[in-house]
Amino acid sequence: MTTTNQKGLIINKNWCKGCGICVEFCPTNVLEMKDGKANIKDIDSCIMCKQCELRCPDYAIYLGGKKDGK
Amino acid sequence: MASALVENHFRSNKLPHIWCPGCGHGIIMRSIVEAIDELGYNKDDVCVVSGIGCSSRAPGYMDYNTLHTLHGRALAYATGVKMANPKLKVIVITGDGDCAAIGGNHLIHAARRNIDITTVVFNNNIYGMTGGQYSPTTPTGEKGTTAPFGNIDKNFDLCNLAKAAGATYVARATAYHANMITKLVKAGMENKGFSFVEAVSVCPTYYGRKNKKGDAVQMMRYLKDSSVNVKAAKKLPKEKLEGKFFIGEFHKVEEPEYTEQYQKIIDSFQKER
Repeated sequence: MTTTNQKGLIINKNWCKGCGICVEFCPTNVLEMKDGKANIKDIDSCIMCKQCELRCPDYAIYLGGKKDGK
Repeated sequence: MASALVENHFRSNKLPHIWCPGCGHGIIMRSIVEAIDELGYNKDDVCVVSGIGCSSRAPGYMDYNTLHTLHGRALAYATGVKMANPKLKVIVITGDGDCAAIGGNHLIHAARRNIDITTVVFNNNIYGMTGGQYSPTTPTGEKGTTAPFGNIDKNFDLCNLAKAAGATYVARATAYHANMITKLVKAGMENKGFSFVEAVSVCPTYYGRKNKKGDAVQMMRYLKDSSVNVKAAKKLPKEKLEGKFFIGEFHKVEEPEYTEQYQKIIDSFQKER
């Protein structure tokens, strides 16, 4: 199961192991833990800094949903 | 479904990997791949060699030429690969137990020869795969399943060891400093000679639990709060450096590279013919 949005932030819940690292190190508090997996709480605050993608040990969260996004 | 970097450089049908939730190894593996991507190497020109252990699972997921070899012997195999085909960009992925215990001799001799191999040590301070036995980098006094009352051994500083043995590039970063790992691995791969990058990882399952270090998030926070860049450390007063460890580039020199020296001998005899 994946979620997409206008910022192109994607969570692949099948790969997420629920460690919470992305939630902790998101500078603008976009993410939360829900049912043991990372979840997007407030996409409007996302500044697309890629800190979550950089530190996700399981490559489950990334920016890339938009066509122009890398 | 994954990012372009993961799709291009990983065997994504093998993902998700087997590492525990919150294991730092995944972050470090991604940083290495990012370094290869940024350097723009052809995937067929890269060879990743590993030994045995949690860290050494990494090449199984990476879409290059890969070798998963014997415990501690990754550098021996990598030396063979590099000698047979010096054009290959050879990276060794190894763990603290693999590299400093059973493979300790291979490490010092590869460093002594200054052969053009980039070694990345995933240092999680414990033997994770076999159940949490203490390793040569488990800090003194810390616990493992084989040291239930605390480890009485003095732990290795792997960077100092590699430098003393003759490595021409020595650096350290942590799983928290993912961008820094990419930067250091890039510099290591561009260095013509033996490059040693220690990537401090976290093992929440064994090391963290045995030593009550908290969960993965707390361990990552510790890496962030306890590391000081070696450049900044020079300007800081002593009391601010207590209980901290250093990250960054420690050592960089130019020395003759092993495969080039070997080729010179071959050339000198072929000239005489």
